[in-house]
Amino acid sequence: MTARAVLQQADITRALTRIAHEILEQNRGIDGLVLLGIPTRGVELAERIAGLLTSFAAAENPGWTCPVGSLDVTMYRDDLGRNPVRSTAPTRLPAEGIDGKTVVLVDDVLYSGRTIRAALDALADHGRPAAVRLAVLVDRGHRELPIRPDYVGKNLPSAASERVNVRLTGTDGIEAVTIEDGGSAA
Amino acid sequence: MKHLLSTRDLDRDTAVRILDTAEDMAATQQREVKKLPTLRGKTVVNLFLEDSTRTRISFEAAAKRLSADVINFAAKGSSVSKGESLQDTAQTLEAIGADGIVLRHWASGGPAVLARSGWIASSVVNAGDGTHEHPTQALLDAFTLRRRLHGEASRGRDLDGVSVLIVGDILHSRVARSNVWLLTTLGARVTLVGPPTLLPHGIADWPVTALHDLDAAIADTDPDAVMMLRVQRERMNEAFFPSAREYSAGWGLTVARFAALPERTVVMHPGPMNRGFEISSAAADSPRSTVLEQVANGVSVRMAALYLTLAGGAE
Repeated sequence: MTARAVLQQADITRALTRIAHEILEQNRGIDGLVLLGIPTRGVELAERIAGLLTSFAAAENPGWTCPVGSLDVTMYRDDLGRNPVRSTAPTRLPAEGIDGKTVVLVDDVLYSGRTIRAALDALADHGRPAAVRLAVLVDRGHRELPIRPDYVGKNLPSAASERVNVRLTGTDGIEAVTIEDGGSAA
Repeated sequence: MKHLLSTRDLDRDTAVRILDTAEDMAATQQREVKKLPTLRGKTVVNLFLEDSTRTRISFEAAAKRLSADVINFAAKGSSVSKGESLQDTAQTLEAIGADGIVLRHWASGGPAVLARSGWIASSVVNAGDGTHEHPTQALLDAFTLRRRLHGEASRGRDLDGVSVLIVGDILHSRVARSNVWLLTTLGARVTLVGPPTLLPHGIADWPVTALHDLDAAIADTDPDAVMMLRVQRERMNEAFFPSAREYSAGWGLTVARFAALPERTVVMHPGPMNRGFEISSAAADSPRSTVLEQVANGVSVRMAALYLTLAGGAE
Protein backbone atom coordinates (compact mmCIF):
# COMPACT_ATOMS: atom_id res chain seq x y z
CA MET A 1 0.00 0.00 0.00
CA THR A 2 1.33 3.41 -0.93
CA ALA A 3 0.18 6.52 0.91
CA ARG A 4 0.34 9.81 -0.99
CA ALA A 5 0.23 13.12 0.87
CA VAL A 6 -2.51 15.36 -0.48
CA LEU A 7 -2.45 18.19 2.07
CA GLN A 8 0.36 19.20 4.39
CA GLN A 9 -0.04 21.15 7.60
CA ALA A 10 0.30 24.55 5.88
CA ASP A 11 -2.29 23.53 3.24
CA ILE A 12 -4.75 22.53 5.94
CA THR A 13 -4.27 25.82 7.77
CA ARG A 14 -4.79 27.77 4.53
CA ALA A 15 -7.91 25.73 3.69
CA LEU A 16 -9.45 26.37 7.12
CA THR A 17 -8.61 30.07 6.87
CA ARG A 18 -10.36 30.28 3.50
CA ILE A 19 -13.38 28.39 4.82
CA ALA A 20 -13.62 30.81 7.75
CA HIS A 21 -13.59 33.79 5.36
CA GLU A 22 -16.21 32.15 3.15
CA ILE A 23 -18.46 31.53 6.14
CA LEU A 24 -18.25 35.19 7.17
CA GLU A 25 -18.84 36.30 3.58
CA GLN A 26 -21.90 34.14 3.00
CA ASN A 27 -23.34 34.86 6.44
CA ARG A 28 -22.64 38.60 6.00
CA GLY A 29 -20.92 38.74 9.38
CA ILE A 30 -21.20 36.83 12.61
CA ASP A 31 -24.93 37.03 13.33
CA GLY A 32 -26.34 33.73 14.60
CA LEU A 33 -23.32 31.61 13.70
CA VAL A 34 -22.87 28.31 15.55
CA LEU A 35 -20.25 25.74 14.55
CA LEU A 36 -20.83 22.07 15.36
CA GLY A 37 -18.12 19.49 14.72
CA ILE A 38 -18.89 15.83 14.11
CA PRO A 39 -16.65 13.57 16.27
CA THR A 40 -13.87 12.80 16.20
CA ARG A 41 -11.88 15.07 13.88
CA GLY A 42 -14.75 17.33 12.90
CA VAL A 43 -14.72 18.66 16.45
CA GLU A 44 -11.10 19.75 16.26
CA LEU A 45 -11.71 21.33 12.83
CA ALA A 46 -14.79 23.18 14.13
CA GLU A 47 -12.82 24.53 17.08
CA ARG A 48 -10.06 25.77 14.79
CA ILE A 49 -12.46 27.43 12.36
CA ALA A 50 -14.29 29.01 15.32
CA GLY A 51 -10.97 30.35 16.61
CA LEU A 52 -10.24 31.88 13.19
CA LEU A 53 -13.74 33.40 13.00
CA THR A 54 -13.28 34.90 16.45
CA SER A 55 -10.00 36.55 15.46
CA PHE A 56 -11.27 37.74 12.04
CA ALA A 57 -14.33 39.32 13.67
CA ALA A 58 -12.39 40.89 16.55
CA ALA A 59 -11.94 44.29 14.90
CA GLU A 60 -15.66 44.86 14.32
CA ASN A 61 -16.97 42.76 17.21
CA PRO A 62 -14.53 42.92 20.11
CA GLY A 63 -15.31 40.41 22.85
CA TRP A 64 -17.32 38.08 20.60
CA THR A 65 -16.35 34.41 20.62
CA CYS A 66 -17.71 32.10 17.96
CA PRO A 67 -20.02 29.52 19.61
CA VAL A 68 -18.74 26.01 18.92
CA GLY A 69 -19.73 22.52 20.01
CA SER A 70 -19.86 18.87 19.01
CA LEU A 71 -22.71 16.81 17.60
CA ASP A 72 -22.48 13.03 17.91
CA VAL A 73 -24.44 11.26 15.18
CA THR A 74 -23.71 7.64 16.13
CA MET A 75 -27.19 6.88 17.42
CA TYR A 76 -28.73 8.24 14.21
CA ARG A 77 -26.66 6.26 11.70
CA ASP A 78 -28.37 3.97 9.19
CA ASP A 79 -25.53 1.45 9.13
CA LEU A 80 -25.39 0.44 12.80
CA GLY A 81 -26.56 -3.11 12.11
CA ARG A 82 -23.96 -3.58 9.35
CA ASN A 83 -20.91 -3.06 11.55
CA PRO A 84 -19.63 -4.00 14.98
CA VAL A 85 -21.19 -1.67 17.53
CA ARG A 86 -19.75 1.84 17.42
CA SER A 87 -18.74 3.82 20.47
CA THR A 88 -20.78 6.93 21.07
CA ALA A 89 -19.21 10.34 21.68
CA PRO A 90 -20.41 13.33 23.68
CA THR A 91 -22.67 15.98 22.18
CA ARG A 92 -21.94 19.46 23.52
CA LEU A 93 -24.09 22.33 22.32
CA PRO A 94 -23.23 25.97 23.04
CA ALA A 95 -25.28 27.45 25.89
CA GLU A 96 -27.26 29.65 23.49
CA GLY A 97 -28.59 26.54 21.73
CA ILE A 98 -29.30 26.21 18.01
CA ASP A 99 -32.86 27.51 17.66
CA GLY A 100 -32.97 30.20 14.99
CA LYS A 101 -29.19 30.04 14.47
CA THR A 102 -27.15 29.39 11.36
CA VAL A 103 -25.50 26.08 12.17
CA VAL A 104 -22.36 25.16 10.27
CA LEU A 105 -21.70 21.42 10.51
CA VAL A 106 -18.00 20.57 10.25
CA ASP A 107 -16.54 17.19 9.31
CA ASP A 108 -13.20 15.98 8.04
CA VAL A 109 -14.19 13.89 4.99
CA LEU A 110 -17.41 14.01 2.97
CA TYR A 111 -18.00 10.70 1.20
CA SER A 112 -21.37 8.94 0.90
CA GLY A 113 -23.20 11.74 2.74
CA ARG A 114 -24.76 9.29 5.20
CA THR A 115 -23.00 10.80 8.21
CA ILE A 116 -24.42 14.21 7.30
CA ARG A 117 -27.88 12.68 6.84
CA ALA A 118 -27.56 11.32 10.40
CA ALA A 119 -26.32 14.71 11.60
CA LEU A 120 -29.39 16.46 10.16
CA ASP A 121 -31.64 14.04 12.02
CA ALA A 122 -29.66 14.51 15.25
CA LEU A 123 -29.85 18.28 14.84
CA ALA A 124 -33.63 18.19 14.49
CA ASP A 125 -33.87 16.54 17.93
CA HIS A 126 -31.99 19.46 19.49
CA GLY A 127 -33.88 22.34 17.96
CA ARG A 128 -34.76 24.22 14.80
CA PRO A 129 -31.89 26.16 13.24
CA ALA A 130 -32.68 28.96 10.79
CA ALA A 131 -30.24 27.36 8.33
CA VAL A 132 -27.78 24.46 8.29
CA ARG A 133 -24.57 24.62 6.24
CA LEU A 134 -21.80 22.11 5.74
CA ALA A 135 -18.04 22.60 5.85
CA VAL A 136 -15.62 19.75 5.10
CA LEU A 137 -11.88 19.58 4.85
CA VAL A 138 -11.97 16.99 2.06
CA ASP A 139 -14.73 16.12 -0.41
CA ARG A 140 -13.82 12.79 -1.97
CA GLY A 141 -17.00 12.30 -4.01
CA HIS A 142 -19.10 9.10 -4.28
CA ARG A 143 -22.26 10.65 -2.80
CA GLU A 144 -25.14 8.25 -2.15
CA LEU A 145 -27.58 10.93 -1.00
CA PRO A 146 -28.59 14.37 -2.30
CA ILE A 147 -26.21 16.23 0.02
CA ARG A 148 -23.64 18.85 -1.00
CA PRO A 149 -21.08 20.86 0.99
CA ASP A 150 -21.13 24.67 1.22
CA TYR A 151 -17.45 25.03 2.10
CA VAL A 152 -14.76 22.63 0.91
CA GLY A 153 -11.08 22.63 1.84
CA LYS A 154 -10.03 20.32 -0.99
CA ASN A 155 -11.90 18.44 -3.69
CA LEU A 156 -10.19 15.08 -3.92
CA PRO A 157 -11.37 12.79 -6.72
CA SER A 158 -10.84 9.26 -5.44
CA ALA A 159 -11.62 5.66 -6.25
CA ALA A 160 -13.96 3.85 -3.87
CA SER A 161 -11.15 1.37 -3.15
CA GLU A 162 -8.85 4.15 -1.97
CA ARG A 163 -8.62 5.28 1.62
CA VAL A 164 -8.44 8.92 2.69
CA ASN A 165 -6.79 9.55 6.06
CA VAL A 166 -7.02 12.85 7.88
CA ARG A 167 -4.61 13.43 10.75
CA LEU A 168 -4.79 16.54 12.90
CA THR A 169 -2.36 17.89 15.47
CA GLY A 170 -4.79 17.89 18.39
CA THR A 171 -6.11 14.36 17.77
CA ASP A 172 -3.17 12.57 16.18
CA GLY A 173 -0.07 14.60 17.02
CA ILE A 174 0.78 15.06 13.35
CA GLU A 175 -1.08 16.86 10.58
CA ALA A 176 -1.62 15.67 7.01
CA VAL A 177 -4.22 14.33 4.61
CA THR A 178 -3.11 11.23 2.76
CA ILE A 179 -4.69 8.90 0.24
CA GLU A 180 -3.71 5.27 -0.19
CA ASP A 181 -4.97 2.47 -2.39
CA GLY A 182 -6.20 -0.96 -1.45
CA GLY A 183 -7.82 -2.04 1.78
CA SER A 184 -11.35 -1.12 2.62
CA ALA A 185 -12.76 2.26 1.69
CA ALA A 186 -12.69 4.92 4.39
CA MET B 1 -20.89 -7.27 23.13
CA LYS B 2 -23.48 -9.92 22.35
CA HIS B 3 -24.77 -10.51 25.88
CA LEU B 4 -24.52 -8.86 29.29
CA LEU B 5 -24.61 -11.71 31.78
CA SER B 6 -22.38 -10.77 34.69
CA THR B 7 -19.97 -8.09 35.80
CA ARG B 8 -17.39 -10.74 36.57
CA ASP B 9 -16.80 -11.19 32.80
CA LEU B 10 -16.14 -7.48 32.25
CA ASP B 11 -12.62 -6.13 31.99
CA ARG B 12 -11.84 -2.56 32.98
CA ASP B 13 -11.97 -1.14 29.45
CA THR B 14 -15.31 -2.76 28.66
CA ALA B 15 -16.79 -1.56 31.95
CA VAL B 16 -15.56 2.01 31.34
CA ARG B 17 -16.94 1.85 27.80
CA ILE B 18 -20.40 0.91 29.11
CA LEU B 19 -20.27 3.75 31.65
CA ASP B 20 -19.10 6.25 29.00
CA THR B 21 -21.88 5.16 26.65
CA ALA B 22 -24.30 5.65 29.55
CA GLU B 23 -22.96 9.21 29.95
CA ASP B 24 -23.85 9.91 26.32
CA MET B 25 -27.27 8.31 26.83
CA ALA B 26 -27.83 10.38 29.99
CA ALA B 27 -27.08 13.56 28.02
CA THR B 28 -29.87 12.73 25.58
CA GLN B 29 -32.27 12.41 28.52
CA GLN B 30 -31.77 16.10 29.35
CA ARG B 31 -33.21 17.17 26.02
CA GLU B 32 -36.76 18.05 25.14
CA VAL B 33 -36.88 15.18 22.61
CA LYS B 34 -35.66 12.22 24.66
CA LYS B 35 -36.31 9.53 22.09
CA LEU B 36 -33.51 8.26 19.85
CA PRO B 37 -34.10 6.28 16.62
CA THR B 38 -31.22 3.89 17.36
CA LEU B 39 -33.06 0.59 17.88
CA ARG B 40 -35.97 1.26 15.55
CA GLY B 41 -37.26 -2.04 14.20
CA LYS B 42 -35.77 -4.09 17.03
CA THR B 43 -37.90 -5.93 19.56
CA VAL B 44 -36.92 -6.30 23.20
CA VAL B 45 -38.75 -8.79 25.41
CA ASN B 46 -38.71 -8.25 29.15
CA LEU B 47 -38.95 -11.85 30.34
CA PHE B 48 -39.46 -11.57 34.08
CA LEU B 49 -39.86 -14.97 35.69
CA GLU B 50 -39.59 -13.35 39.12
CA ASP B 51 -41.48 -10.20 40.16
CA SER B 52 -39.72 -6.89 39.86
CA THR B 53 -41.59 -3.75 38.96
CA ARG B 54 -38.69 -1.30 39.31
CA THR B 55 -36.17 -3.11 37.15
CA ARG B 56 -38.79 -4.00 34.56
CA ILE B 57 -40.03 -0.45 34.09
CA SER B 58 -36.46 0.83 33.98
CA PHE B 59 -35.61 -1.58 31.15
CA GLU B 60 -38.91 -0.76 29.47
CA ALA B 61 -38.20 2.99 29.59
CA ALA B 62 -34.66 2.40 28.30
CA ALA B 63 -35.82 0.30 25.34
CA LYS B 64 -38.58 2.76 24.46
CA ARG B 65 -36.21 5.76 24.56
CA LEU B 66 -34.15 3.91 21.94
CA SER B 67 -37.27 3.30 19.80
CA ALA B 68 -37.31 -0.49 20.26
CA ASP B 69 -40.62 -2.29 20.49
CA VAL B 70 -41.11 -3.71 23.97
CA ILE B 71 -43.01 -6.83 24.95
CA ASN B 72 -43.44 -7.51 28.65
CA PHE B 73 -43.74 -11.10 29.72
CA ALA B 74 -44.41 -11.97 33.36
CA ALA B 75 -44.46 -15.45 34.80
CA LYS B 76 -47.78 -15.04 36.57
CA GLY B 77 -50.71 -16.17 34.47
CA SER B 78 -48.47 -17.15 31.57
CA SER B 79 -47.48 -20.41 29.95
CA VAL B 80 -44.57 -20.56 32.41
CA SER B 81 -46.99 -21.01 35.30
CA LYS B 82 -48.36 -24.01 33.35
CA GLY B 83 -44.90 -25.55 33.38
CA GLU B 84 -43.39 -24.40 30.08
CA SER B 85 -39.61 -24.70 30.01
CA LEU B 86 -37.24 -21.75 29.56
CA GLN B 87 -36.19 -23.22 26.21
CA ASP B 88 -39.76 -23.32 24.87
CA THR B 89 -40.59 -19.87 26.25
CA ALA B 90 -37.47 -18.28 24.74
CA GLN B 91 -37.90 -20.00 21.39
CA THR B 92 -41.53 -18.87 21.28
CA LEU B 93 -40.48 -15.29 21.98
CA GLU B 94 -37.85 -15.42 19.28
CA ALA B 95 -40.40 -16.80 16.82
CA ILE B 96 -42.49 -13.74 17.61
CA GLY B 97 -39.51 -11.61 16.57
CA ALA B 98 -37.47 -10.84 19.68
CA ASP B 99 -33.96 -9.47 19.01
CA GLY B 100 -33.06 -9.13 22.67
CA ILE B 101 -34.30 -10.85 25.81
CA VAL B 102 -33.99 -9.11 29.16
CA LEU B 103 -34.22 -11.99 31.61
CA ARG B 104 -35.00 -11.90 35.32
CA HIS B 105 -34.79 -15.45 36.58
CA TRP B 106 -35.28 -16.95 40.04
CA ALA B 107 -32.43 -19.40 39.49
CA SER B 108 -28.77 -18.36 39.59
CA GLY B 109 -27.29 -18.85 36.13
CA GLY B 110 -30.61 -18.76 34.23
CA PRO B 111 -29.50 -16.03 31.79
CA ALA B 112 -26.14 -17.73 31.18
CA VAL B 113 -27.92 -20.97 30.31
CA LEU B 114 -30.20 -19.14 27.89
CA ALA B 115 -27.29 -17.29 26.26
CA ARG B 116 -25.05 -20.33 25.84
CA SER B 117 -27.58 -23.06 25.13
CA GLY B 118 -27.85 -22.36 21.41
CA TRP B 119 -31.65 -22.37 21.76
CA ILE B 120 -31.90 -18.83 20.43
CA ALA B 121 -29.84 -16.30 18.46
CA SER B 122 -31.09 -13.26 20.46
CA SER B 123 -28.96 -11.19 22.78
CA VAL B 124 -29.52 -11.84 26.48
CA VAL B 125 -29.27 -9.20 29.19
CA ASN B 126 -29.30 -10.42 32.77
CA ALA B 127 -31.81 -8.45 34.83
CA GLY B 128 -31.05 -10.38 38.02
CA ASP B 129 -30.66 -14.12 38.54
CA GLY B 130 -31.18 -15.83 41.89
CA THR B 131 -28.45 -14.84 44.33
CA HIS B 132 -25.88 -14.66 41.51
CA GLU B 133 -25.71 -11.30 39.72
CA HIS B 134 -27.58 -8.14 38.80
CA PRO B 135 -25.09 -6.51 36.43
CA THR B 136 -27.08 -3.43 35.36
CA GLN B 137 -27.66 -2.51 39.01
CA ALA B 138 -23.91 -2.62 39.70
CA LEU B 139 -23.22 -0.61 36.55
CA LEU B 140 -25.69 2.08 37.57
CA ASP B 141 -24.17 2.14 41.06
CA ALA B 142 -20.68 2.59 39.58
CA PHE B 143 -22.01 5.21 37.17
CA THR B 144 -23.68 7.14 40.01
CA LEU B 145 -20.57 6.99 42.18
CA ARG B 146 -18.28 8.05 39.33
CA ARG B 147 -20.52 11.03 38.60
CA ARG B 148 -20.60 12.08 42.25
CA LEU B 149 -16.79 11.94 42.37
CA HIS B 150 -15.83 13.34 38.97
CA GLY B 151 -18.93 15.19 37.71
CA GLU B 152 -18.62 16.39 34.11
CA ALA B 153 -15.12 14.94 33.86
CA SER B 154 -16.33 11.36 34.41
CA ARG B 155 -15.76 10.01 30.90
CA GLY B 156 -12.86 7.60 30.62
CA ARG B 157 -12.34 7.44 34.39
CA ASP B 158 -12.43 4.37 36.63
CA LEU B 159 -12.85 4.23 40.42
CA ASP B 160 -9.21 3.80 41.31
CA GLY B 161 -8.64 4.06 45.06
CA VAL B 162 -12.29 4.75 45.91
CA SER B 163 -13.40 3.16 49.19
CA VAL B 164 -16.85 1.54 49.22
CA LEU B 165 -18.67 -0.14 52.10
CA ILE B 166 -21.44 -2.58 51.20
CA VAL B 167 -23.59 -3.25 54.25
CA GLY B 168 -26.24 -5.80 55.08
CA ASP B 169 -27.47 -9.08 53.68
CA ILE B 170 -24.51 -10.00 51.47
CA LEU B 171 -25.46 -13.67 51.55
CA HIS B 172 -28.66 -13.33 49.52
CA SER B 173 -27.65 -10.26 47.53
CA ARG B 174 -26.95 -10.44 43.80
CA VAL B 175 -26.52 -6.66 43.90
CA ALA B 176 -23.61 -7.07 46.31
CA ARG B 177 -21.98 -9.77 44.18
CA SER B 178 -22.21 -7.78 40.96
CA ASN B 179 -20.85 -4.73 42.76
CA VAL B 180 -17.93 -6.66 44.24
CA TRP B 181 -16.71 -7.75 40.80
CA LEU B 182 -17.40 -4.50 39.00
CA LEU B 183 -16.12 -2.05 41.61
CA THR B 184 -12.91 -3.99 42.20
CA THR B 185 -12.32 -4.29 38.44
CA LEU B 186 -12.65 -0.51 38.30
CA GLY B 187 -10.02 -0.18 41.02
CA ALA B 188 -12.18 0.48 44.09
CA ARG B 189 -11.49 -0.96 47.54
CA VAL B 190 -14.60 -2.84 48.63
CA THR B 191 -15.41 -3.76 52.22
CA LEU B 192 -18.39 -5.96 53.03
CA VAL B 193 -20.09 -5.53 56.40
CA GLY B 194 -22.84 -7.63 57.92
CA PRO B 195 -23.73 -10.05 60.67
CA PRO B 196 -21.77 -13.32 60.40
CA THR B 197 -24.95 -15.16 59.43
CA LEU B 198 -25.44 -12.92 56.38
CA LEU B 199 -21.90 -13.10 54.98
CA PRO B 200 -21.47 -15.94 52.49
CA HIS B 201 -19.02 -18.81 52.79
CA GLY B 202 -16.16 -18.56 50.34
CA ILE B 203 -15.92 -14.83 50.83
CA ALA B 204 -12.22 -15.31 51.60
CA ASP B 205 -11.67 -15.88 47.87
CA TRP B 206 -13.29 -12.56 46.93
CA PRO B 207 -11.13 -9.49 46.35
CA VAL B 208 -12.66 -7.75 49.38
CA THR B 209 -12.34 -7.26 53.11
CA ALA B 210 -15.19 -8.61 55.25
CA LEU B 211 -16.03 -7.10 58.64
CA HIS B 212 -18.80 -7.50 61.19
CA ASP B 213 -18.68 -4.20 63.06
CA LEU B 214 -20.11 -1.32 61.01
CA ASP B 215 -18.81 1.48 63.24
CA ALA B 216 -15.31 0.04 63.14
CA ALA B 217 -15.56 -0.43 59.39
CA ILE B 218 -16.55 3.22 58.89
CA ALA B 219 -13.66 4.35 61.08
CA ASP B 220 -11.13 2.05 59.41
CA THR B 221 -11.99 2.42 55.74
CA ASP B 222 -12.85 6.14 55.50
CA PRO B 223 -15.52 5.30 52.88
CA ASP B 224 -16.35 7.45 49.86
CA ALA B 225 -19.66 5.60 49.62
CA VAL B 226 -21.79 3.47 51.90
CA MET B 227 -24.11 1.14 50.04
CA MET B 228 -26.99 -0.12 52.20
CA LEU B 229 -28.63 -3.33 51.01
CA ARG B 230 -32.30 -4.04 51.47
CA VAL B 231 -33.01 -6.65 54.12
CA GLN B 232 -35.91 -8.83 53.17
CA ARG B 233 -38.16 -9.02 56.19
CA GLU B 234 -38.90 -12.68 55.64
CA ARG B 235 -35.26 -13.39 56.50
CA MET B 236 -36.08 -12.50 60.09
CA ASN B 237 -38.12 -15.65 60.47
CA GLU B 238 -35.20 -17.66 59.18
CA ALA B 239 -33.16 -16.61 62.23
CA PHE B 240 -30.36 -14.82 60.37
CA PHE B 241 -30.55 -12.15 63.06
CA PRO B 242 -32.48 -11.94 66.34
CA SER B 243 -34.78 -8.96 65.74
CA ALA B 244 -35.34 -5.96 63.51
CA ARG B 245 -34.33 -3.62 66.31
CA GLU B 246 -31.10 -5.49 66.90
CA TYR B 247 -30.28 -5.52 63.17
CA SER B 248 -30.96 -1.83 62.90
CA ALA B 249 -28.78 -1.03 65.91
CA GLY B 250 -25.89 -3.09 64.56
CA TRP B 251 -26.03 -2.66 60.78
CA GLY B 252 -28.57 0.05 59.98
CA LEU B 253 -27.58 3.52 58.84
CA THR B 254 -29.18 5.17 61.86
CA VAL B 255 -29.41 8.92 62.42
CA ALA B 256 -26.38 8.84 64.73
CA ARG B 257 -24.30 6.71 62.39
CA PHE B 258 -25.18 8.89 59.41
CA ALA B 259 -24.16 11.99 61.37
CA ALA B 260 -20.82 10.36 62.17
CA LEU B 261 -19.95 9.59 58.54
CA PRO B 262 -17.23 11.63 56.86
CA GLU B 263 -18.65 14.76 55.20
CA ARG B 264 -17.95 13.57 51.65
CA THR B 265 -19.40 10.05 52.03
CA VAL B 266 -22.40 9.40 49.78
CA VAL B 267 -25.23 7.07 50.79
CA MET B 268 -26.46 4.55 48.23
CA HIS B 269 -29.36 2.11 48.26
CA PRO B 270 -30.64 -0.05 45.38
CA GLY B 271 -34.24 0.27 46.59
CA PRO B 272 -36.86 -0.40 47.62
CA MET B 273 -35.85 0.93 51.05
CA ASN B 274 -37.07 -0.22 54.43
CA ARG B 275 -37.01 3.17 56.13
CA GLY B 276 -36.14 3.02 59.79
CA PHE B 277 -34.75 -0.47 59.38
CA GLU B 278 -31.58 -0.64 57.32
CA ILE B 279 -31.64 3.10 56.56
CA SER B 280 -32.97 6.08 58.50
CA SER B 281 -35.00 8.77 56.76
CA ALA B 282 -32.35 11.31 57.76
CA ALA B 283 -29.85 9.42 55.62
CA ALA B 284 -32.24 8.49 52.81
CA ASP B 285 -33.53 12.04 52.28
CA SER B 286 -30.24 13.91 52.71
CA PRO B 287 -28.44 15.58 49.77
CA ARG B 288 -25.74 12.95 50.18
CA SER B 289 -28.22 10.19 49.35
CA THR B 290 -28.03 9.05 45.72
CA VAL B 291 -31.19 6.90 45.84
CA LEU B 292 -33.16 8.83 43.21
CA GLU B 293 -30.07 9.51 41.09
CA GLN B 294 -29.54 5.76 41.02
CA VAL B 295 -33.06 5.25 39.66
CA ALA B 296 -32.61 7.93 36.97
CA ASN B 297 -29.15 6.69 36.05
CA GLY B 298 -30.56 3.17 35.79
CA VAL B 299 -32.41 4.15 32.62
CA SER B 300 -29.23 5.59 31.04
CA VAL B 301 -27.15 2.55 31.98
CA ARG B 302 -29.80 0.18 30.61
CA MET B 303 -29.96 2.21 27.39
CA ALA B 304 -26.20 1.72 27.10
CA ALA B 305 -26.53 -2.03 27.77
CA LEU B 306 -29.27 -2.40 25.14
CA TYR B 307 -27.36 -0.23 22.65
CA LEU B 308 -24.12 -2.17 23.03
CA THR B 309 -25.77 -5.61 22.87
CA LEU B 310 -28.36 -4.90 20.15
CA ALA B 311 -27.25 -2.08 17.84
CA GLY B 312 -24.22 -3.66 16.17
CA GLY B 313 -24.06 -6.30 13.47
CA ALA B 314 -21.66 -9.24 13.37
CA GLU B 315 -18.45 -8.54 15.29
